[in-house]
Amino acid sequence: MNIQTAIKMTAAETALVDAYTAQIGDLIGDGAVLSARDTLVDDLKKQGLPTRRVEAWHYTDLRALLRTVPVADPTAFAERVEPLVAGSSVMTVLNGKADDKTAPVGVNVRRYAESLADGVAAPDLIERGSDDAIGRINGSFVRDGFEIELPEGTELEVPLELQLVQSLGQSHTRFPVTFGAGTKATIIERHLSVSDEASLVTSVTDLILDEGADITWIILQQQGAADSHLAQINFDLGTNAQLKLFVINAGGKLVRQEIHGVVTGEGADFKLRGINLLGGETHTDVTFTLGHDVPNTTSTEVIRNVLFDRAKGVFQGQIRVAPDAQKTDAKMACNTLLLSDDADFSAKPELEIFADDVQCGHGATVIDINPTHLYYLQARGIPENKARAMLVNAFVDEIVEELENEALIETLETIIADWLEKHA
Amino acid sequence: MLEIRNLHARIAEDGTEIIRGLNLTVKAGEVAAIMGPNGSGKSTLSYILSGRSDYEVTEGDILYNGESILELDPSERAAKGIFLAFQYPVEIPGVATMQFLKVALNEQRKFRGEAELSTPDFIRRVKEAAAKLQINPEMLKRPLNVGFSGGEKKRAEILQMALLEPKLCILDETDSGLDIDALKIVSDGVNALRSPDRAVIVITHYQRLLEYIVPDSVHVLYKGQVIKSGDKSLALDLEANGYADIIDAAAA
Repeated sequence: MNIQTAIKMTAAETALVDAYTAQIGDLIGDGAVLSARDTLVDDLKKQGLPTRRVEAWHYTDLRALLRTVPVADPTAFAERVEPLVAGSSVMTVLNGKADDKTAPVGVNVRRYAESLADGVAAPDLIERGSDDAIGRINGSFVRDGFEIELPEGTELEVPLELQLVQSLGQSHTRFPVTFGAGTKATIIERHLSVSDEASLVTSVTDLILDEGADITWIILQQQGAADSHLAQINFDLGTNAQLKLFVINAGGKLVRQEIHGVVTGEGADFKLRGINLLGGETHTDVTFTLGHDVPNTTSTEVIRNVLFDRAKGVFQGQIRVAPDAQKTDAKMACNTLLLSDDADFSAKPELEIFADDVQCGHGATVIDINPTHLYYLQARGIPENKARAMLVNAFVDEIVEELENEALIETLETIIADWLEKHA
Repeated sequence: MLEIRNLHARIAEDGTEIIRGLNLTVKAGEVAAIMGPNGSGKSTLSYILSGRSDYEVTEGDILYNGESILELDPSERAAKGIFLAFQYPVEIPGVATMQFLKVALNEQRKFRGEAELSTPDFIRRVKEAAAKLQINPEMLKRPLNVGFSGGEKKRAEILQMALLEPKLCILDETDSGLDIDALKIVSDGVNALRSPDRAVIVITHYQRLLEYIVPDSVHVLYKGQVIKSGDKSLALDLEANGYADIIDAAAA
């Protein structure tokens, strides 16, 4: 006799599976896309959401943390907002629906909904691995986004803002982006909520940088205090390509931002700069994996976290250096300013090095405000609360200052200062 | 202006007593030099006057313009006009020098019920004061004290002092790490601030600084007490003969 104990599904798991069943016939896709979706949902049914027993999710028990899933509401209304930097090109995704009419000149853009409809998207809808819950959920439900291509040699004079505005319900988007050889651009992937209603947002971005591409990609996440935000960015760096990835989390209740990269071209350089501003009841997780697959490549990762209230934060960072990736230079740092006794932060740096001639290092610190710095500012007449705010700001501002666009620096500084004022 | 009465103070963390019954009076318009061997409590005294919380006053009082300041935190003391030029100015990455100066100046004005300075006004003042101290404007674009040489840090302290216009200036070994040219520039900066309503306390090891900033009184600190006071000739005497005689005399 064959006895199998079925795992009891949680409310959120049931809601996801039911939502899929309810949307059959409505979800976009040709035969290949629909069968890819079915496979993903079957996996979701079989495995459920990951728990802390799945290593990649050890500090973010998604099964326990994702309590409810808001019902998708195709009629929900959201409006575009002003761009972060005046004069930027803006392409909007409002409650999950993309608008490609404002694509900048010289950039090839196609709505992802079209790629789903004609099946071009089918090969995308796979899992990175059995623990890829974000890819699985997103692939099951994805409805729109943009496929973007910057042809060889394109240089964008102004930032391109991908503006994802969410009011309530669900949004599942994808952004496959190819940067041709020698391209240069600043792209802002901006997620924000314009209501207090709960949303579930999943978003997957796939970047390919060809030879010599020089790209700054900024992810600014400002979801509402009730929102779940599950996002992933994957990238592949070609020869001499440079990617500067800035990730700023300043919102959301349950947030996981995954970053998975491979460096496949010699001379390539990757920089990750992260700021996590965590307050209230948020649980925010940044999980990063990077493979240095070829010789002579470099990467640096600096993550700065500020925690207030009962916030929980996670940073997992794993750097793998392949056996023939000699002369790899990789440095990772995660610094946390813990400003509440009820907040906590888990940092898990990992290095897996299979080459023998490399320079790799990592460090994680958890600190309070430096009392000598505080005293010095006070000794010049700055009251304690103001001095503290200046020092917290300084802690994260060092990261922002690494951007090159002055207008963008100023806007981000304002966003950070406003956030700190609200939470300090 | 300043009256220190039978002051006893210790390190808060381990209870080590550093200041043991110190008495000192400094009048408005006076420049008082405090000298003394290493470990006599000179820097500790400057920290205590500024309100650093690492030290606890266990006995005695510090009166500033007739009022005790023991209950005031460092920012309140600063806003009331007490300024300490640090021996080791602190580097604070991420805090822009100009932003720091502007916030400090305006917070002090706010405390005193004065209007904030407009940005053009502020910038003009900084430029003028920086030029007098031969401070390279590029330096002001950097984060506070970060990457400044020893001499640049000391000049930056005097710049802050010139901008904040305190009433009681305490210079803690401002001469250390300065070459002779820088020493002259810094001293000129201090002398420019001398006025009948302002007092200056100069803490130093060496007579050299006192050739440029000529004191009205000189006090020798030893084991947390003022063991001898005199006029500027006392500093010359110390330079020639060292502390031993005075210490022996005080012990006798």
